[in-house]
Amino acid sequence: MPLIAALPLIWLATAAAALEVRAAVIRIDSTLPLPISRLDLPPDDLGLTGAALATEDNATTGRFTGTTYDTRSVAVAPEAAPAALEALRADGVALIVVLGDAAVTLALADAAGPGALVLNAGAADERLREADCRANMLHVAPSRMMLSDALVQFLIWKKWPRILMIAGSHPGDRLLAEAYRRSAAKFGAKLVEEREFTDTGGARRTDSGHVQVQRQIPVFTQGAPDHDVIVAVDEADVFAAHLPYRNWDARPVTGSAGLMPVSWHAAHEAWGATQFQRRFERLAGRPMRAEDYQVWLALRVIGEAVTRTGSADPAVIRDYVLSEAFELAAFKGQKVTFRPWNGQLRQPILLSDRHVTVSVSPQEGYLHQGSELDTLGPDRPETACTAFGG
Amino acid sequence: MTKAARRPSPAVLSLALLLGGVASPALANKVFVSNERGNSVSVLDSTTWEKIAEFPAGNRPRGITMSPDGRRLYVCASDDDTVRVFDPDTYAEIGTLPSGPDPELFVLHPSGNPLYVANEDDNLVTVVDVDTRQVLAEIPVGVEPEGMAISPDARLLINTSETTNMVHFIDTESFEIVHNVLVDQRPRYAEFTADGSKLYVSAEIGGTVSVIDMTMDAPAVIDTIRFNVPGVQPEWLQPVGIRATLDGRRIFVALGPSNRVAVIDAATDEVIDYLLVGQRVWQMAFTPDQAYLITTNGNSNDVSIIDVKAEKVIRSVAVGEQPWGVVVAPDRSE
Repeated sequence: MPLIAALPLIWLATAAAALEVRAAVIRIDSTLPLPISRLDLPPDDLGLTGAALATEDNATTGRFTGTTYDTRSVAVAPEAAPAALEALRADGVALIVVLGDAAVTLALADAAGPGALVLNAGAADERLREADCRANMLHVAPSRMMLSDALVQFLIWKKWPRILMIAGSHPGDRLLAEAYRRSAAKFGAKLVEEREFTDTGGARRTDSGHVQVQRQIPVFTQGAPDHDVIVAVDEADVFAAHLPYRNWDARPVTGSAGLMPVSWHAAHEAWGATQFQRRFERLAGRPMRAEDYQVWLALRVIGEAVTRTGSADPAVIRDYVLSEAFELAAFKGQKVTFRPWNGQLRQPILLSDRHVTVSVSPQEGYLHQGSELDTLGPDRPETACTAFGG
Repeated sequence: MTKAARRPSPAVLSLALLLGGVASPALANKVFVSNERGNSVSVLDSTTWEKIAEFPAGNRPRGITMSPDGRRLYVCASDDDTVRVFDPDTYAEIGTLPSGPDPELFVLHPSGNPLYVANEDDNLVTVVDVDTRQVLAEIPVGVEPEGMAISPDARLLINTSETTNMVHFIDTESFEIVHNVLVDQRPRYAEFTADGSKLYVSAEIGGTVSVIDMTMDAPAVIDTIRFNVPGVQPEWLQPVGIRATLDGRRIFVALGPSNRVAVIDAATDEVIDYLLVGQRVWQMAFTPDQAYLITTNGNSNDVSIIDVKAEKVIRSVAVGEQPWGVVVAPDRSE
């Protein structure tokens, strides 16, 4: 006890020597179709203003500890990502937050080398935490199964165990559908039927397009076995937004529309989040997205580790954040910590209807011998990750 | 939670109130409870523990304090971005003070002026003259300033910043930060012992209370108090409000959603008991004679009354919606 308490004090007292923390955020920009709703159009500064806010927050603390923070932000196409990383590494930047898909994130972690620490703020793929885990890669973004477990726990609490799952045809949809199958089995929900909504291409928004949609969706959802709820699986944003109110049976829609499991939402206010949302909005001139939150959180992990250890060395930071000493407040009501067996950040998941926070998982009653947060996503005994000495 | 054994009849009660208006009874103190959701302040009588009034207090009232002479009641109306000042006798609003956006907690100089307000949105502590209503100083602190305290000798102002996780020690003459001490995650509240030798700081998310020695050249954490209640998940043991008894024997810590108040031996800084109170216990206040401690219970819309000497909860009293803060009027000679 006295040791932990004394450590920062000793360091504060000797903090005369200035420390500069150099980090970078690489955002991977793929060309994607437009979203169904214009409210979801990606802002140019997506994720990057989350980085700016985290750097401000870290710098405010740094004023008192003699630490300065320099964060470089780059947004590049997937094919330009390796060169961007190389330039940063050549400049001596070794703390790198990546906001991108699984393939690029993994490639960057491998290219960055063991002397760097990569924080995954975007990719939700389970494989990056499991078979393809890397010792130099930590995951701030929740995995798909953390999200699906968070929603299914709520559906069970609500006594809505009979699920009609409607999944899209994109590769990410297939992975997310598999996550929901596993969550349903884990918590005792039943997938009464699975339907695929095939993406046939074409424009997603047309003038008075709702006229056709209003006829198509009831027909598509017709004739399903008795179900309590629909789980929509639509990472590519093709159809889920059209399901609520148009589905054949009067059943709520969850998943990729309706009640959504998310790491963050701009409507969230509990646990001091209001001030945080306002700080972000003042900086960005727009509400915060989950991507911004995840990048903010990744850089706050770095900032907190630097404050507590007095070091900007990636190896020191990695060891500290994976240790039991690390904890961080993240506006979700309890501290967030890392799973030492695969580098995944434990965190509560918000269930949002995009207007208010409806609930926060883990749900009450889902007990765990270690942390209740480990009821979300694959747990230690199931892990396929060996890079963390597990 | 025992029920009141005897309830005074309405006639007796109104007679008592009438007499109270003529000559102040020696022991009755008004207890003011801010109701965050109810947008009101509930007023209790500290002898009968009956609710005697409730009045509107602006939008989202949280922090609440009183002038040492008992003539002014200050309420942080968080969603109005102002501090509202009320007459504690008539409950009429007598003015507002500039506070910066979203004021939550503040502390008054022991003399009654100035008022020190934490501005979470701006990373500032604002110093306000309560008579002229002028801002005397703005002191840059860490991210999301929250807890405020002032040393018994009034020389040091304390602010905790929730995201920076620091305690800032501010010289009340120069308004300069003279020390910073790191504590655990999301420091919420700071409380000095009556002799000023120790400062207790709660970390809501860290789940700890840091004990800071104030007798050396620089303040230093000398102990970290942890909490453990069998059957309660550790993450729900979230320390928030702290109160130290004037005799230096006990520290009481409100443990938020665990619905417990920890009783700490101030000599050893060991937890000696947990008292079950209402839901989401948040802030606390003593009666001036230190006989009772009142706790606000945000999720059960009541306050718990703790007999300080017996260290027992003696009753609970319904107040408005989501009680947050509490202050007890000082003894007053008319």
